[in-house]
Formats: sequence, C-alpha cells, structure tokens
Amino acid sequence: MTTHRLHLGLFFTGVGPQLLWSQPDFANHTHIDTFIQTVRTLERGLFDAFFLGEGLRVRENRGRVYDLDVAGRPDAITQLAALAAETERIGLVATQNTTYNFPFDLARRLASLDHVSGGRAGWNIVTTDNAWTGENFRYGGWLPHERRYERAAEFVATARSLWGGDSVDTHSDLVNVTGSLGVTGNPVLFQAGDSPGGRDLAARLADAVFSANTDYDKAQAYAADLTARLKAYGRSRDQIRILPGAQVVLGDTEKEAAEKADWIQREQTTGPRAIAFLEQYWNKDLSGYDPDGPLPDIEPAEGELDPSRGTISIEHRTGKLERIAEWRSLGLSIRELVLHVTPRHNTFVGTPGGVADEWARYVRTRAVDGFNLVPQLLPGSIEDIVDRLVPELQERGVYRTEYEGRTLREHLDLA
Amino acid sequence: MSIHLALEIGGGALPDTEAVAVAEAAGCALVTINDSPLSPSPEAGVRAGFLARRTRRVGLAPTLHPALTEPFHLATQLAALDHASQGRGAWVVGTENSAAAQATIGGTPVSDLEQEIADVIDVARLLWDSWEDDAVVRDVASGRFLDPDRVHHVNFTGERFSVVGPLITPRPPQGQLVVLAPDTLTDKSDIALVAAPTLDEVAARAEAARAANIPLAFAELDVALGPADRGGSGRAESFFGGGRAGVGGAEGDRIDGGGAEADRADRDARLRFAGGEDEFRALLNRLEGIVDGVRIHPVDLAIDLPRLAVATRRGPVSGPTLRDTLGLPRPANVFAGEPR
Repeated sequence: MTTHRLHLGLFFTGVGPQLLWSQPDFANHTHIDTFIQTVRTLERGLFDAFFLGEGLRVRENRGRVYDLDVAGRPDAITQLAALAAETERIGLVATQNTTYNFPFDLARRLASLDHVSGGRAGWNIVTTDNAWTGENFRYGGWLPHERRYERAAEFVATARSLWGGDSVDTHSDLVNVTGSLGVTGNPVLFQAGDSPGGRDLAARLADAVFSANTDYDKAQAYAADLTARLKAYGRSRDQIRILPGAQVVLGDTEKEAAEKADWIQREQTTGPRAIAFLEQYWNKDLSGYDPDGPLPDIEPAEGELDPSRGTISIEHRTGKLERIAEWRSLGLSIRELVLHVTPRHNTFVGTPGGVADEWARYVRTRAVDGFNLVPQLLPGSIEDIVDRLVPELQERGVYRTEYEGRTLREHLDLA
Repeated sequence: MSIHLALEIGGGALPDTEAVAVAEAAGCALVTINDSPLSPSPEAGVRAGFLARRTRRVGLAPTLHPALTEPFHLATQLAALDHASQGRGAWVVGTENSAAAQATIGGTPVSDLEQEIADVIDVARLLWDSWEDDAVVRDVASGRFLDPDRVHHVNFTGERFSVVGPLITPRPPQGQLVVLAPDTLTDKSDIALVAAPTLDEVAARAEAARAANIPLAFAELDVALGPADRGGSGRAESFFGGGRAGVGGAEGDRIDGGGAEADRADRDARLRFAGGEDEFRALLNRLEGIVDGVRIHPVDLAIDLPRLAVATRRGPVSGPTLRDTLGLPRPANVFAGEPR
C-alpha cells in the first residue's frame, strides 16, 4: 500500500479575531517584509502552499469600521506575484470570488500568476451573494443566493477553457465572455464552501477542498460524502485533495499545550469583542454592559442579523430571537457565552510528537490529505509548526523531506 | 535635476527581469508596462508585482484600463503594488475601450470614455486615502486594533458606478501612487504623457499641462539607437531644426513590431529619434528645457536597451520611493483633519 503523505498549506487570513495582534512581538501583518519572512519560513518547512484570504469590504459593526480585529490586506494576486519573486517552490494560492470578478479578467490574472511563478498558482474559489460587499462594485448584489454556485460553475468552466487556449464565446444570464487568452496556464483549483452546493462544486471541478471538518469522525464522513459526489461526476477520490482548515497549539508537554490553547482562546475573546459579538445579534449599542456580567436584559432590535461583519453563514442570519432565548437559558456571562458558542474547533493541541501521531493516523486512513493551517501568533505559530512539528512528521514518514516537484500540481501529486 | 527617464517594456521582447535590470542600471526613474486584455503577454499588474521584488530603485507602472475593470479591484491592485515595492508603484491610465476588449467582460464600448476615466481616477485616489496613515493604533488597553474614525467610507458616485469603500488595503507607502495619463485625456494625472511629432508642439502642450496643474510633463519618444543601418546616424541632426522635420530617420518602415492599428497611430504621433548615443544625449539635453521627462519607446528593446544604458551615462536613481525620485511630495490625505 502506498504511504500517503500530508500536504500542508498556511492560510494567511489577514483579518479576524484569531490573530493575536496584542502580543508585543506580533509582526506588522500588512508589511511586505512580514509576508516575505512568512513564505520563506514555509518554504524551509517544505509547505505545499501559501494561501491568501480575500475580503472585499472592511468589516463593520453597526455602521462603523470594526476596530477590534486585525484588518487590512493586499490584493491577493498582486501580492502573490511579488512573493513568487522571493521563493522557488512553494505554491501560491489566491482566494478570489466568482461574484465580483469578471471571468476573463480573473482568468487572465491567475494565468499570469501561474506564468511568473513557474506553475505555482492556485485559486481558492469562493462565492458571495452579499449585497453589502457588493456596494464596492459596479454590479453590487446582482446575484441571487441560490444561484451563486451556478455562476461559480460557469465562471470556472470559462476560466478553464481560456487557460486551455480555447477561443471562448459563451453567453448566458450568468457569464458573458468573448475572447481568448494570450497566456495559458493550469492553476490548481481549491474550493472552500461546505454547503451542499459548495461540495457539489468541489466534486465537479476542484483539485482540492479546503473543508471545515477536522474532527476525525467528521473528516471521515466528509471524505465519504465527497467520494460519493465525485463518483456522480465520473471522478475518484484520488483526483482530489482534502485539506481542512486547522489551528495548531504546541507545548513541551500536553499540559503546557492545553494551557497555551486556553490562553489563546481567552486572548481572542476580549471583553470588547464579546460585546461586539452580541451587538451583531442585538443590533444595539451594548457597550454599557459588563462583559463578565449577565446577558443584556433589553430586547434586540427588529430585523435580521447585521451582515457587515461579513462572516455569518446564511443559516445563522435568520432565527436570531430563538437563538437569543436559548442563550439566555444557559445562565452564562457574556464572555463565557461567546467562548461557549464559538468553541475552539479545528484546533490540534499537544506536543509536537502527539500532534504528529494524530495527523499520521488521519492521513494513513485518508480521512484527510493534509491541513491548511491558520496561525494565531505571527510569526510564532508558523515557526512552531515548521521547526517543531514538521521534523516529527518527517520522522513518521508522512511528510516530504525535500521538494520533488516544481509546480503546485506536482507538490499535491495531482496529474 | 536632469531629465527623468521612463522606459516602456510592455511588448515583452526581452524577459522582464532583464529589461528592468538594464533600465534600473541606466538610471530610469520608472518602467511602464503596456497592456490590453487582448495582449499575448501576462497581465501588466501581475508582472509589476513580480518585478517589485526583483528591483530596488526603479518605479513600476503597469497599464490598467478603467473601462474594463472594477474600480475597487484596480485601486486595490495598485495599492498592493505600492506596498510590495515599498513605494515605487505607479499607474498608466489605459484607454482600451474597443469592442473586442469590451467583449471579454461582456460589455460594449463606453460612450463617454473621458468621464469614465475621470471617475475611476477620482475613486482610486479617494480609496488610497481611505485609511489615514495613523489608522492602525494597536491599543492593547482599549482592545482596539484600529481607530474607526481614521478609516473612511468614500461614498463615491460616478456616472456609471458607485463605491462605498474603504479600501481593504491600508494607505500605500507613497500616499498616492504616481498616475500617468495622456495630456489629451485628463488633467487628473501626476505626469502628463505628451505624444506630439514636433518639439514645438511638445513644448506647447507641456506648458498647457503645467497650466492645468499637472505636476510633471513627459514627452513620448520613439528611439532607435545605433549605427546608420538602423535608420541613420546623422539624421538626428534634423531634430534640432525644429518644425516637423524634428524627427530623425522617420521612415515608417523602420518601425517594426507590427502592433495594433491604434499603436501605429500612437507611434505616428510621437517624437522619433534614430541615431547614436552622443546624439541621443544631446537630444535629452535639448528636451530638458522643454519637459520634465521622456518616456522612451525602444523600436527594438533587445537592441536599443543595452545601447540606452551606454547612452545615458547614469547610475540608478536614488529613490527610495518613486515620488522621491521625481521630486513629487507625498500628498496629504484628503480625509485627514475631518471631524472625528
């Protein structure tokens, strides 16, 4: 039996509460030198890929720019082109959405990144129907929620034709392109959505999925579900790589790692952040409430959830009154509640050897093909993984000891 | 200060890294990267991003086309270029609006291109200012990473689109990227590109550009450097006669490259030079009293570029930012000082 090896990516989100900017050694996460240091460290750790997140509107809370999390990110493709000049092997993956881009333009820029990087480009395909984000674009809010994956599928099919050198002349109510590209390429396609529509799109078109299922049982169930969907499209499990997003907290002992993980979670859930979390649901100023006291006794404003934090799934945008009633019944303080409802999922906590043992089991049974890792400390998380975890994985024979290929496709063992 | 040099490398006759290395060594303030969705080359913004980390001093100016892009993406891409190059980003405002180019995005030619371009320049400038320089406060005591009063909605409404903002990217190192545009197109640029076939006309239009408060004017210049068999040493003498004959070795058949019709028309309109290195230096001296810079369009990059390095007798510009090189101040932020 072939020994399956882990593929690792690093997801540089650039926004969100997981990055602990309050630490004195937190690197300036928008400075080019931070990115260069990061990709060089990852290349030393023989990572498959570096992923950049995308967000097309700065997050807000009740009409003002949200001030508690790190914010600010570069254009992904431009930045990855710059990083291509600083690296030799690592894959460079841009998150780009199919709603607020023109298919020809995005296909051309991705092919160009593939060209300047010598075949190291990838595209993490995301969709949005968010009209609030659309206010930054010519065609804001044009796409109905239920058609977002339809648009994505047509968009991706068009991009692939263009990359293959075809002269494209396609016209529907979702995609209109006439033209051909002077630059061809074959960027690796990642898909992140976990809804049924997202899973289907992955089964149909993706080379790799960036799923949310890291618990072993869930990961196995996900792999089985995806395998069934792949079959429906005439594809097999070997034609796709499953790389769930995950966080890692390492310590010299299990106890030390657990304490560090608790500390990280508490740092991520500051009092102001806990209040702001509730303000999304109440849509009222709750700044007068004590984060360590009980939930607000006032009723929330009418209407559905404020979309301006940009991260709330459709399932959570409705039914807020029931949710709030349920929360009240728990009898927790505001901060405790937020810690409770945003549990530390997707996090592997332990010694480097312990985490390596766990991951070896995941990959040998093909529950996953690797992980896309989200750092909390910059640069600490990345250095920990590269310097402490990677050698343990290598010792167990589940991780490469050198780059064998040059392209991202080769790193991922994709044909 | 001696006349600024810009070099157009978009055609890709040399690998970009070779072309920019020579341009940088020859003391060019910037290279421009012509582009179109119909071009066989990689996209100019991506090429510029890559070159940002393969150069140290030279400015990088991709051509991006307002009528073919989302203005928000355009502003973000250029801001990222300025961050990646640590202040050497610039933008050549592109005028592509042909039916074939528009068909790539499912559109048709924009009827009022000048208005569209003016709107896109305006919104890009507002978006570059949408984060004030001191927006990131990292105040552990209050838990605030940034000051929301220093990150602004731009609420721009143009003829054909609107953008709320702010940009997703913090303010570029130069504050505003250096914007280059034909003088006939807009007066919202930092550098007016003057394409005229005679020195007299170049001088008159450079004067008009300054009167319109455009800080700098560059002459567009076709260049064939070298011996007589490339179009004629000695013919450059005619440059100094003034009038229409101010174009050395002007036979159309000398100009190769076979670009699109529009490109040929551009070339017909530009100053042209053919001659040796000494004559070229003399021409630059002459132009120094007329314009702030020249944008050199080599007839054949592979032949002309090495000769250009010899001809200029300059070392790399000092920078560190392109604005520093050009003597342009870092602009104040239009949102600074708004009531908080």
